Amino acid sequence: MPQMNMVQAINDGLRLEMRRDPRVVVMGEDVGKVGGVFRVTAGLYDEFGDDRVIDTPLSEGGIVGTAIGMALYGLVPVPEIQFADFIFPAYDQIVSELAKFRYRSGGQYPAKLVIRTPVGGGIRGGLYHSQSPESLFIHVAGLKVVCPSNPHDAKGLLLSAIRDPDPVLFFEPKRIYRAAKGDVSESDYTVPLSKAAVVREGSQVTVIAWGAMLYEALEAANQAAGQGVEAEVIDLRTLWPLDIDTIVASVKKTGRVVVVHEAPRTCGFGGEIIALINEKAFLHLEAPPVRVTGFDTPFPYTLEMDYLPLAHRILPAIVETARY
Amino acid sequence: MTLAAVIPTKHSRNPNDVLAPGVIRVIKDDGTVDPAHDPGLTDAELVALYTAMVRVRLLDDRLVSLQRQGRIGFHIGSIGEEAAILGSTFAMRKQDWVFPCYREFGSALWRGMTLQKYVDNMFGNSNDTVKGRQMPDHYCAREVNFGSISSPIGTQITQAVGFSWAAKSKGDDLVAITYFGDGATSSSEFHNGLNFAGVFKTPTIFFCRNNGWAISVPTERQTASATFAEKGAAYGIPSIRCDGNDLLAVISATREALARAARGDGPTLIEAITYRLSGHSTSDDPKAYRQETEVEEWRRRDPIARTRRLLTARGIWTDADQSAAEAAIQEEIKQAVAVAEKTPPPAQSSMFEDVYAEQPWHLREQAEYLARFPRPASKH
Repeated sequence: MPQMNMVQAINDGLRLEMRRDPRVVVMGEDVGKVGGVFRVTAGLYDEFGDDRVIDTPLSEGGIVGTAIGMALYGLVPVPEIQFADFIFPAYDQIVSELAKFRYRSGGQYPAKLVIRTPVGGGIRGGLYHSQSPESLFIHVAGLKVVCPSNPHDAKGLLLSAIRDPDPVLFFEPKRIYRAAKGDVSESDYTVPLSKAAVVREGSQVTVIAWGAMLYEALEAANQAAGQGVEAEVIDLRTLWPLDIDTIVASVKKTGRVVVVHEAPRTCGFGGEIIALINEKAFLHLEAPPVRVTGFDTPFPYTLEMDYLPLAHRILPAIVETARY
Repeated sequence: MTLAAVIPTKHSRNPNDVLAPGVIRVIKDDGTVDPAHDPGLTDAELVALYTAMVRVRLLDDRLVSLQRQGRIGFHIGSIGEEAAILGSTFAMRKQDWVFPCYREFGSALWRGMTLQKYVDNMFGNSNDTVKGRQMPDHYCAREVNFGSISSPIGTQITQAVGFSWAAKSKGDDLVAITYFGDGATSSSEFHNGLNFAGVFKTPTIFFCRNNGWAISVPTERQTASATFAEKGAAYGIPSIRCDGNDLLAVISATREALARAARGDGPTLIEAITYRLSGHSTSDDPKAYRQETEVEEWRRRDPIARTRRLLTARGIWTDADQSAAEAAIQEEIKQAVAVAEKTPPPAQSSMFEDVYAEQPWHLREQAEYLARFPRPASKH
């Protein structure tokens, strides 16, 4: 089985699906001849041509708006937004249109896209190449939100997302685009949506993370083991709809929770996860659930490693929660 | 009636805008036609279109009164814009698609949506295609290639471009027409839509109903351009200006755009100069921001009266025909309203359907929770 990084795995998934399903089209800024600024769509233009791998004008609203029209015609567009930070000109089309099409038409006009976009910090990208806006989409009824943490999942989740009947925001953690490597089958396989993965078993604390921060959570969990605390680490993989069963089962076992995310703390997804845990497993809790997150500031450039919830901030949260 | 001699050099919400050079006009004041742009309709077609315009007008009047009586929640109509809407829709073919704004119920009805279906939407009842989820006038009609209506301005414009672009890339003979008002030309989606359409030469018709007002904001606050049509030039898109209260001029303009798109020569921007004779919607009182004299000038150019003069001049319409048509339409509306009003509202649980293709756990939980709270009788 070949080794791939995230970029190669997503590229492999796109190529596989475009060969399998002629309705799939890729579109966006610089996705064609140059293969994307992160090279995720490299080679697709040469294989599938200008009609299916489309370099568009520089307008996210135009990309998503026209992609919705293509979807209504029966294509399966997979538009790329070059950075999640630039998705906001398309926010109206995503929130007012894409998310509501099925509902507002009584099911007559399901509009299905997979919007791929790099998220997260740690690449010296400053305010506008680093953000993690997942909560802004989870809050919108009708969208699904996915964020893989490794190449195998990235390809398998992408194929599930493209074949799913609902619109999907597919967030690609750019900090680990090339750093995360692993075996990826070149065959056609899927990783189901809305299924979290327990990536480290433990009995004392549940640590919930996704995307690039999963590795920080794992590093902290391994260090906590050195201090006698065995943490269970859950990779959500799909953020919404959430795999609540895996979370509740783990919390009922450990009684303690730490949620990690890059996005700002206030109204971040961690708050919702903890509220759900309170509703569904309150009597099993042995300690107050804890969030380790980014801050309620814009994402800073020079101080980005202070902003990110790295292992050195997660470790004490795990240990203190375990000993509460 | 003669139009004043002063021809504005810039759009002015004056009816004389339609006398500006380059504006297509066909029906003259006396009901005869200018042969240069006459689309050559048969008598039967003219009678059918005129009757459809009357039907839309009577329906508009009836829905406003139902709203005033508190029997429906809202209506947003097309009084004064019937020629622009019916004429452009008439010009399109069966396989073509409509990406509407929210004033084009005349288009959906012309294409074959039943009156009952439209009125069911006005009541948001359990037979409403959109299951009572949207405000009145936000129906959809897939069976007649008529898209889904939303309230945000201009969003349908890029969707129409993407839709017709996809058809073109599959080699299908199909053109999309998208409707919007003068206000929408200020939206980002107008720019995005025309820009993408120009670059990719999509078979799209951008139909701007320049009706003078975006709620309370007049055209001169939307743009400093002399016309809305000239905006097409910036995107490499040919434009047509037509008298939007002239049924035949609208048909002629739309046919030209349709032919261009169908032969692969790309999009067209049409500016139909018309006027919103009513308020923006039943929630709006236009007396607060515009002069009655302006409205009166346009009322004298009412597109229905103008079309009737054409029919009369041709000798194909009598007062007796008018009375019979109005009576038949009123009866049809009365029956549709009676049926819609008796139809129960959608089931409470339907609120949680169609958010996703399959209902996820959290919506199942929320539906189960709400089921414990039947709606109090006083809130029906």
